[in-house]
Amino acid sequence: MKQRDAAIVGIHEYQSRDVEGKVSALQIKAESAARALEDAGLSWSDVDAIYDAGDGGGMNGLTIAEYFGLKPTVIDTTNVGGSSYEFHAAHAKRDIASGKANAALLTYGSTAHSNARAIGVGGAGGAGRHPADNMDVFSGMTLVANYAMVAHRHMHDYGTTSEQLAEISIATRCHAMRNPDAVRAMEDLEFLDIRETTIDDVTNSRMIADPLHLLECCMISDGGGAVVIASPEVAKNCRKTPVWVLGSGEATKYPQAGGDITASAGAYSGAQAFGEAGITPAEIDIAMIYDSFSITVMVLLEDLGFCKKGEGGAWVEGGRLRFDRPSDGPALNTDGGGLSSNHPGMRGIFLLIEAARQLRGESCSQVPDAKLAVAHGNGGMLGSRHAAGTIIMGRD
Amino acid sequence: MNEPTRPLPRANELDTQEFWAATKNKELRYQQCDGCNTVVFYPRRHCTGCTSGNLTWKLSKGFGTVYTFSVVRQSYHPFFRGKVPYAVAWIELEEGPRILSNVIDVDDPLVDVQISMKVELVWEEHEEINIPLFKPVD
Ligand SMILES: [Zn+2]
Repeated sequence: MKQRDAAIVGIHEYQSRDVEGKVSALQIKAESAARALEDAGLSWSDVDAIYDAGDGGGMNGLTIAEYFGLKPTVIDTTNVGGSSYEFHAAHAKRDIASGKANAALLTYGSTAHSNARAIGVGGAGGAGRHPADNMDVFSGMTLVANYAMVAHRHMHDYGTTSEQLAEISIATRCHAMRNPDAVRAMEDLEFLDIRETTIDDVTNSRMIADPLHLLECCMISDGGGAVVIASPEVAKNCRKTPVWVLGSGEATKYPQAGGDITASAGAYSGAQAFGEAGITPAEIDIAMIYDSFSITVMVLLEDLGFCKKGEGGAWVEGGRLRFDRPSDGPALNTDGGGLSSNHPGMRGIFLLIEAARQLRGESCSQVPDAKLAVAHGNGGMLGSRHAAGTIIMGRD
Repeated sequence: MNEPTRPLPRANELDTQEFWAATKNKELRYQQCDGCNTVVFYPRRHCTGCTSGNLTWKLSKGFGTVYTFSVVRQSYHPFFRGKVPYAVAWIELEEGPRILSNVIDVDDPLVDVQISMKVELVWEEHEEINIPLFKPVD
């Protein structure tokens, strides 16, 4: 492990997934920030850099510092959907390494569930003004259908099956059942059958958009969280073991003539991140991969290099992704994922948080002696235009 | 109450307005650069292949293949929820561009739509513009 530029020193995941409209996104962000700073043993006054995706509304670059009561000297408002927080972590590492910042604060808050925002099946979003939206708006492509089109082509090209995709759902649910916050989330969101699932449960669940079933789709919750990233000098005096940000990568992909929909921008961001960290996928203990849908994880396991393109189906078979199979490769989404624990719309921050928990030894589904983790966020839509952010993390 | 209608593009969006204007004459158009031959789609004012290109509008013959598709079973949209199950597809036109659309005129989209099947353009008529949909080639 080469780089020791910056470390995650504070984390917090907002506990409630259903605030019943009584807490705002901004309030979730501020409370999460305070708890994450406490976790680090820091205070508001230590923060000199803010990273914000605009989830609190308003002109966030000039209003979020006032809301928190900070005077940051670095302000980064990158918004690439659910992968924003991996981009933020990458930028925080860069800004700290360059000497522009000492303590970076990343926050997220959303009341998607309270707003009754049907993220997945709402139809194409209004009469968009962006030219790309203006071309797609008439088709009735739902978010689920967008990802389903990736799954269909993956099945067509490589023989991937629904049973193989279901492995991702059942491993994630297995981890969710061990996480009290995830179980409470499923209760609050009125999941029908809160238990460990089987492949048959998944493939027999209702089809939402062929070939994706209900149990292959993420939940829509409220929620939020915060992450504090600090310089080695600050990290030295923090309460918890530093979790080093060892490498990062960023990329985007969009439809092009002759393009391959089964390959994502993760192939580019992943290669950058692993290269910078100087490690290989085979060394990774924990894979926190944005599970908006089962197919997202399947494609990303391949693109990040855990297996070859097209071989993900066979690779995930037999429960390989569970936390208690460490000799078979990384454990997947050990918090329960977006499928079964927390998905308020932009899940990327939770990938950093649970990866940090694992490397600190604090997970509900702890992998013994976990040393290296990857957090990979996918923002936008996998089957059309999307962004990819990869962060490699490690402990001493 | 009026019947819910298909969501339509804005005819005055500046990058795509010529594309939509051409649909009044039932023409499916795309752009190609005179300088570097790059096919540009969705429509734009600039060439994405070179910095000096002049884009010329070309006419698609309207034939293509289904690159991939999904049959939507659940939608909360007032128009589309009455249409389920329906097929959304990326159509690869013979001239190169990939366009997002629907495959219609099939008895059962769950059975009658396949990846790689040949499709042809069919226009759904509206007042200001027409919408390019696709049906299986006979
Ligand atoms: Zn050109």
